[in-house]
Amino acid sequence: MLTEFGRVLLFLIVGGVFVAGGLVFAWLLRPHRPYPSKLTTYECGETPVGDTRVRFNIRFYVVALIFLIFDVEVIFLFPWATVYQHLGWFAFFEMLVFLAILLIGYAYVWRKGDLEWDKPAPKVPRYEKGIGVTDTHLTEEEIVV
Amino acid sequence: MGLLDQKFENSNVIITSLDSLLNWARLSSVWGMQFGLACCAIEMMATGASHYDLDRFGTFFRATPRQSDVMIVSGTVTLKMASRIKVLYDQMSEPRYVISMGSCATCGGPYWEHGYHVLKGVDRVIPVDVYVPGCPPRPEALMEGLLKLQEKIRTESLAKKKSA
Repeated sequence: MLTEFGRVLLFLIVGGVFVAGGLVFAWLLRPHRPYPSKLTTYECGETPVGDTRVRFNIRFYVVALIFLIFDVEVIFLFPWATVYQHLGWFAFFEMLVFLAILLIGYAYVWRKGDLEWDKPAPKVPRYEKGIGVTDTHLTEEEIVV
Repeated sequence: MGLLDQKFENSNVIITSLDSLLNWARLSSVWGMQFGLACCAIEMMATGASHYDLDRFGTFFRATPRQSDVMIVSGTVTLKMASRIKVLYDQMSEPRYVISMGSCATCGGPYWEHGYHVLKGVDRVIPVDVYVPGCPPRPEALMEGLLKLQEKIRTESLAKKKSA
C-alpha cells in the first residue's frame, strides 16, 4: 500500500507526534514557577560574570585553517592505505605527488611566518644613572596578550 | 498548567490511577545532581560505580541542575559552599528533592561544636527530604536513603491532601 517515500512520511509524522506529545505532557504536569535565580546561567553555583560571547584572537583562524588542510590529508591517507596492496607502485607515486604538493604548501606557510606565534614584548623599564626610564609609553591595550 | 501542583480538590478513581502511574514513572528515574563536597562524595561515587550500581534504581548523575531531580548533599557544607548550594538548589527544575548524606550535611557532624567554618546542617539553607546517617554512610545506606525517597514520591498525589 505505502510507497517507499510514504514510509518516510510515516516516520516523520510519528517522530513529530512523539516530540510534540512529550512537550505537551510535560507542560501539563510541570510546576511553572520561574524566578531570576532559576533562570540564571549554570556556572557550578557561582554568579555568572561577563558576557558569554567573547572574541577569539584572529591568529587562531590561520592555525585552524592549516590544521584542517593536514587533517584532510590524513583522512585521504587512510583509504589509500587500505587499498594500497591492490594498486601497487602507481598509487605509491600518486600519493607521493599529493604529499609533495601539500609539503610545498607547508613550506610556504612556514616561510611566510604563519606558524610563528608572535608574543607581545613588554617593555620593561631600564635604569640610566639610577633613574628608571621606559623607551616608549605603552597603552594598556598594547600590553594585553 | 502544572498539574503536579495539586490542582485537584478531590480525589477519584481516575486521579488515583493517574497518580500511581505518574509516581511510578517519576520514582523510577530519580536523577541525581553530579557534585560532591567531601569524603562522603567518595562513597557516593562508589555507590554510582559498577559494584553497587545505582543505575538499577534508575538513578544516575547529571552534570547540570536543569536535568536533575535529587541533590545529594554529600559531605561537609562549609559556609562558603552553603551559598553555592542554595544557588544550585534554586537552579534545579521542580519537583526537586534533597538527600542530606552523612553527619556533616545533616547537623555539622564532628564540626558541631568547634567548626567555625561549617554550616550546622544543610537544612538551614535548603529543605531536606531524606537524612542518611553515617560518617561517611556506606553505599548501602545511601541506597536505602534513595529507596526512602522513592517511597516518599510514591505517596504524592495530584489532589490536595485532606487535613485530617
